[in-house]
Amino acid sequence: MRPTFAIIFFTVISGCGFGLLFLAGVVCCANAMGASRAGLLTALGVGMFFAAAGLLSSLLHLAQPQRAWRAFGQWRSSWLSREGVASILTFAPALALFWMIWKHDVSGGTRSVGAALALMSFVTVVCTAGIYTSLKTIRAWHNGYVLPGYLLFGALSASCWFWMILVLIDSRSSRIAVFAPWIVLVLAVASFAIKLAYWRFVDRYVGESTPETATGLGRFGKVSTFEAPHTEENYLTHEMGFVLARKHGARLRMIALGLLAVVPGMGAISSIVVQSQSFAAVCAIAASVCVVAGLFVERWLFFAQAKHVVMLFYTRFENA
Amino acid sequence: MTMLPPPSPKKLGLVIDLDTCVGCHACAVACKEWNDGGQFGPLPDEHAYEKNPLGVWFNRVHSYEVTGTEKTSAMTVHFPRSCLHCETPDCVTVCPTGASYKRAEDGIVLVDEDKCIGCQLCAWACPYGAREFSEPRGVMQKCTLCVDRIYNETFEEYDRQPACVMACPTRARHFGDLGDANSPISKLVAERGGYDLMPETGYKPVNKYLPPRPRKDANASRVQAREEKVDFSTAPPLLRWMDKLLSR
Repeated sequence: MRPTFAIIFFTVISGCGFGLLFLAGVVCCANAMGASRAGLLTALGVGMFFAAAGLLSSLLHLAQPQRAWRAFGQWRSSWLSREGVASILTFAPALALFWMIWKHDVSGGTRSVGAALALMSFVTVVCTAGIYTSLKTIRAWHNGYVLPGYLLFGALSASCWFWMILVLIDSRSSRIAVFAPWIVLVLAVASFAIKLAYWRFVDRYVGESTPETATGLGRFGKVSTFEAPHTEENYLTHEMGFVLARKHGARLRMIALGLLAVVPGMGAISSIVVQSQSFAAVCAIAASVCVVAGLFVERWLFFAQAKHVVMLFYTRFENA
Repeated sequence: MTMLPPPSPKKLGLVIDLDTCVGCHACAVACKEWNDGGQFGPLPDEHAYEKNPLGVWFNRVHSYEVTGTEKTSAMTVHFPRSCLHCETPDCVTVCPTGASYKRAEDGIVLVDEDKCIGCQLCAWACPYGAREFSEPRGVMQKCTLCVDRIYNETFEEYDRQPACVMACPTRARHFGDLGDANSPISKLVAERGGYDLMPETGYKPVNKYLPPRPRKDANASRVQAREEKVDFSTAPPLLRWMDKLLSR
């Protein structure tokens, strides 16, 4: 599948943004951890900014962005529509929580609004993954590894950013700031594992569909292209027949894993071992920058290495 | 509305005979011509007279080489591919706006171009490559089963068929109601063993393909030196005499 920058940016950045909103919601709900007011407001603000930036980027991908409002209509069948509805709804508790904290409102309300925000952010990322996992035509997306991947990568990138915000803003080193690198470490290990498991799955998968089942000519032997329907590219070969990543695939996978899991994980361990506020800041900044860069590479591969069954009609693959 | 309608008794669709298709692309050209000017047109091309022309076609004709098996001979098969107007297509349900829909009355799958936001998710959801995105128009386009012909009362009865069916010089394309077991095309499908493409997707295509008929004999099509065996002892006297004369 052709990777488009608008979609990669949308899934990575909105994943990080809704992850931040999720973490802020959880912290407000749990209350006991007591992050500072400034830290929470920054996390909420950055989270909303990232979520909005991601959504705007997804609008740029549309050929008719002026009609985007129509996409809220078909939530009963379409994951894309559900994603749109859930993402907009999530802004309600996010803005409410921001306002409550801004106004020093420490009543029980923040707990329930925080819980609502965490829940809605989680649902939104589930819907984002649903756009891809619902496509039976693309086996690299239609499997059980994609949803946990989206959730983990969103949570990992968000926890890096949350950690960075706490370290930079919470100078009095709240309990949550001490706790944050541990969360980053756990999520980095889990992300590393899910990505390896995903690649193992997609590399070993033998598709049920073949050029023979696509054409129904399998009973007469093996099917190969004698003459293509068109001499030049068409929309299908351009969009679904993307071939570029194959050559550098293995190296790009290592780069993605290194940036998205190894750097944040090592950063978290280092800051736990070396108890220094300024060193922790360096580690947190490095982790936050690298995790996003790594996710861009990971998401690019997620598209570029995905095979679409329609290419079986062009006999590009043995199976899909 | 992108929820699928309840299954309709009427299922309009095409039956394509891979035995008689000669791969002339007349169906594809007739389709492009009709739909460029029809209700769902135009179908503009980009760089039509330049190096990399690109444009939407609702119908694409592949040509395959099939190796043959122990029982069947090797052959080439021409294979027109267009929307199969599936009974349970994901291209409809993934649409976020309701632009992509399946008609409740006859099962035709259409795109309402005024609602399409050009997200292209429906094209990703289609395993058959039936949908092509028009960059110049910014909307998804697909086979309409010539809905603007088949119900057109200003046309003669004979002309109320999809353009591709009318254009086919070998009558390899048939149009009709596949929901009615007694319709001529349903009988044709039953008689010839019409089948679904990629049935494992579970989209339940309405259009059916008729397999190539078995070639006379796996060996007949191969060029071989044949050994002549004539028993002159049982031949008529005249031939026996000629054999004797020529054998001297």
